Amino acid sequence: MGLLERFENGDQVALARIISRVENRRTGYQDILARLYAHAGRAQRIGLTGPPGAGKSSLVFRLGELLSASGKKVGIIAVDPTSPFTGGALLGDRIRMQDLSLDPNIFIRSMATRGSTGGLAEATRDTTMVMDAFGFDLVLIETVGVGQVELDIARACDSVVVVFVPESGDAVQAMKAGLMEIADIYCLNKADRDGAERLVLELQSVLGLRQRTNNWEYPIIQTQAINNIGIDDLWQAIKNHREFCQSDTSPEDRQKERIANDLLTIVRGKVDRRLRSVLRDSETFEKVVADILAGSTNPYSAAERLVAELSTALTS
Amino acid sequence: MDKIRVLLAKPGLDGHDRGIKVIAAALRDAGMEVIYTGLRQTPDKIVSAAIQEDAQFIGMSILSGAHMTLFPAVAKLLKEKGAENIHLFGGGIVPDQDAAKLEEIGVGRIFTPGATTEEIVTYIRDTARDLPEETL
Repeated sequence: MGLLERFENGDQVALARIISRVENRRTGYQDILARLYAHAGRAQRIGLTGPPGAGKSSLVFRLGELLSASGKKVGIIAVDPTSPFTGGALLGDRIRMQDLSLDPNIFIRSMATRGSTGGLAEATRDTTMVMDAFGFDLVLIETVGVGQVELDIARACDSVVVVFVPESGDAVQAMKAGLMEIADIYCLNKADRDGAERLVLELQSVLGLRQRTNNWEYPIIQTQAINNIGIDDLWQAIKNHREFCQSDTSPEDRQKERIANDLLTIVRGKVDRRLRSVLRDSETFEKVVADILAGSTNPYSAAERLVAELSTALTS
Repeated sequence: MDKIRVLLAKPGLDGHDRGIKVIAAALRDAGMEVIYTGLRQTPDKIVSAAIQEDAQFIGMSILSGAHMTLFPAVAKLLKEKGAENIHLFGGGIVPDQDAAKLEEIGVGRIFTPGATTEEIVTYIRDTARDLPEETL
């Protein structure tokens, strides 16, 4: 039986291999995605992000446990950084999720960021779609930090949970830019530690300043993932957010926005890869570098000229 | 070529994880993606994780003397789950004659004390080159 048939029959080995093909952008991956797309569109996508050590993996573990117990099928994507120096990565999120390894309702996949040059947002989105097509009710996506990539991933989610800890106290200021803006739900994990109350107050005051585009009241949920406390509250908040979104905008509008976002990411990825290959083979590019080095031109004017030339090359 | 993905696991009750962490760091530094699953894993957890991660390799570290139970258990499960394409190898305190027996049932190289991280990296790279490319 072929891989796709096995996938459609619910074979996890086939699911895992298809994810690799898509992640590695191996020949033919687009045909696979095109075929699977028809089966996708039902899964609820939930993003969890926050600083390292905040307890994201532990929360994902608890959420997975809770959801599986209520009969839901859950796909989990755990993203860890690739070393920019060696290209290697140590993916350790499974350590916190060991007890889900044998749960037939759960499928966990670790992903490395594989370089900062983009692509992760696209790969994560594609993997989410593949899991969606496989038949998971929910896909949980765990990422670290708040780069452009995380923002792109968050944009592809239905709900985004930003996780922080009492020790993030002073970091709230820094978190204001970016991390705070993408959250639909705030989750204060390790809430039994000193400083939790103060941080909730601080956060509430910061939230008062947050620009609003709708009437969603941003909840601050206190959890202790290790002790399995507050997980129900967190799940309730996620459900509330979903209901809010469903009542706030029409399903067509939301779907339209998601399709537009997906399409933009895919096009951007394609253009980026095309751009790289054109630039790599371009004599002009090397000559321009030499010219800048020699001082006869500067990167700004040279870039203008290159872009003009490239737009011809890209459309040809 | 695709990224090499290696799942590293410590099966059983043996909690000595210094060695496997050294290996994890070495493989990462050699440009591989290392999935570390932590202590006290059971064979079925290890196999299930390796399948989900689509790892080409499972590396197990066993210092407890239980290698003649745990390696065959994992090898058998890999076959049962249709994942025998995953290459199983390991390291630990394993006598030569046991390593030879394990080889007979399809386990790859067993690295014993004194092995260098370079040897292990080279072994994985060489083996990866010969792994069959599965077709769609």
